[in-house]
Amino acid sequence: MNIPLNIDWQQILLHLFNFVILIAGLYLLLYKPVKKFMDQRTAHYQEAADEAAAKLAQAEAMETEYQAKLADTEAEISQKKAEAEAALARETASQLQAAKEQADKLISDARVTAQTERERIVAAAQKDIAGLAAEAAEKLISGENGLDGAYGSFLSAAKGDGSHGEG
Amino acid sequence: MSKKQKRGFIIAVCVILALLLVGIFLTGSGEKEETIREVMKDAVLHEDNKVSFLGLKDVNPAYISSCVVVGALLLIAALIRIFAIPRFKYVPGKFQLLIEELVGMFDGMAKSNSPHRNQFLGGYIFAAGAYIFVGTIFELFGLQVVTTDGISIALPAPLSDINAAIAVGCFSYLVILSGGIASNGFKGVGKTLKDFSLPISMSFRLFGALLSGLLVTELVYYYTALSFVLPVVVGVLFTLLHALIQSYVLTMLTALFYGEVSEQSEKKPKAKKSKKLKASQADGASQAAA
Repeated sequence: MNIPLNIDWQQILLHLFNFVILIAGLYLLLYKPVKKFMDQRTAHYQEAADEAAAKLAQAEAMETEYQAKLADTEAEISQKKAEAEAALARETASQLQAAKEQADKLISDARVTAQTERERIVAAAQKDIAGLAAEAAEKLISGENGLDGAYGSFLSAAKGDGSHGEG
Repeated sequence: MSKKQKRGFIIAVCVILALLLVGIFLTGSGEKEETIREVMKDAVLHEDNKVSFLGLKDVNPAYISSCVVVGALLLIAALIRIFAIPRFKYVPGKFQLLIEELVGMFDGMAKSNSPHRNQFLGGYIFAAGAYIFVGTIFELFGLQVVTTDGISIALPAPLSDINAAIAVGCFSYLVILSGGIASNGFKGVGKTLKDFSLPISMSFRLFGALLSGLLVTELVYYYTALSFVLPVVVGVLFTLLHALIQSYVLTMLTALFYGEVSEQSEKKPKAKKSKKLKASQADGASQAAA
C-alpha cells in the first residue's frame, strides 16, 4: 500500500525504538537520580524545619511553664510577706501593750513608793521636830541662860539640822 | 584601543569580508545539482536522498539524525550520572542548578497538570522535551552525511521527518492512554479514545512546525544572495524559538491530557439507594410531625 507523504511503518517503528530507548535512558540516568536527590534534600530540610519547630514549641512550653512557676512563686512570696507583716504587726502590738502595761505598773508602783516614802519622811520629820521642840523647851525651862539662851540654842540646833538636810 | 587602532581594525575586517565575498561569487558553481523544487519536495517527502543505515537499510536522513541525537543525549546523561550527580550538594552550584531546574520544571509541569499520577509522566515529558529541543537545534550544526546517490547533505532535525513526528505523537498518545487505564481502568480507555484525533494532531503539529523551519532554511540557503546575515535570524533564532515552543507545546499537551484522563471520577450514589434514603427521610419527618 502506497501511503501518502512517504510514511514508512518500518521507519516509524525505528524512530519509536530510538525514542523509547531515549525515554528509558534519560529517566533512569538523569530524571530519577536528580529527582531522588531533590526529594532527599527537601526531606532533609523539612526534617530540620520540623525539628526546629518542635524545639521551638518545646521552648515555648517551657517558657510558659516557667512563667507560671514564677507567677506562683511571686504569689507565694507575696502571701508569705503579708503573713510575716501581719505576724510582725501582731507581735509589735502585743509587745507595745506589754511595755505599756509594765510602764503603767512601774509608774503606779513608783507613785505608791513615793507616797509611802513621803509619808514616812513627813512622819519622821514631824517626830524630829516634836522631839527637838520638846528638848528645846526643856532646855529653855531648865537651862542657865534663861529663855533667851534657850531660844538661841534652839535656833542654833535648828540651823545645824538644816545644814544636815542640805548636805 | 585608540581611534587610529579602531579605524585600522574596522578597515581590516571590511577588506577580509570583501575578499570573502569575491571568493564566494567567483568559486560558486554555475549549476546546482538539484532545483529548488526538488530540494523542497525532498525535504517534505524524503523520496530521493536516502542514507544507508549501517549497510542494513536505506533510511531517511532524519533517522540518522535521530540516532545521533539519542546517542548524544544518552552519552551526556551517562556522563552527568557518573561524574556530576554523585557530587551534588545541598547548596547547588551553577551546573547542578541548571540540571535541577530542568528536572524540577518538568516535574512541576507533571504535578500541576496531573496531581493524581505523575511519576512516569514527569520522566516522559522530560525525555520528550529534551528530544524535541535538542533534535530541533541539531540542524544548526549542519553535520554532513553522504546519501546513497553520493550527494552530501546536512542532517536535518529528526522531527522534520513525518515518520519521527508520527512516532513521537503516537507514543505520547499511548502514554496518555496508559495513564487513563492505570487510573480509571476501562473508563480511562473511553476517556482517552474520546480524543481520538489527538495522535494525528500531535504528530502533524510537530511535523508541520519543524518542516516549515526546514523549508525556510532550505530556501534561504539555496540562493547565495540570501546566505548573508539572513541565516542568523532565520537559521538560528527561528530554530531556537521552534525548539523551545515545540518542546513546550508537546510536553504541555501530553501533561494536560494525561492529567485529564487520569483524574479519578467520583462515584455517584445509585438511584435506587437515593430513593430509599429519601423515603426513609420522609417517613422520619412524618413521624416527627405526628
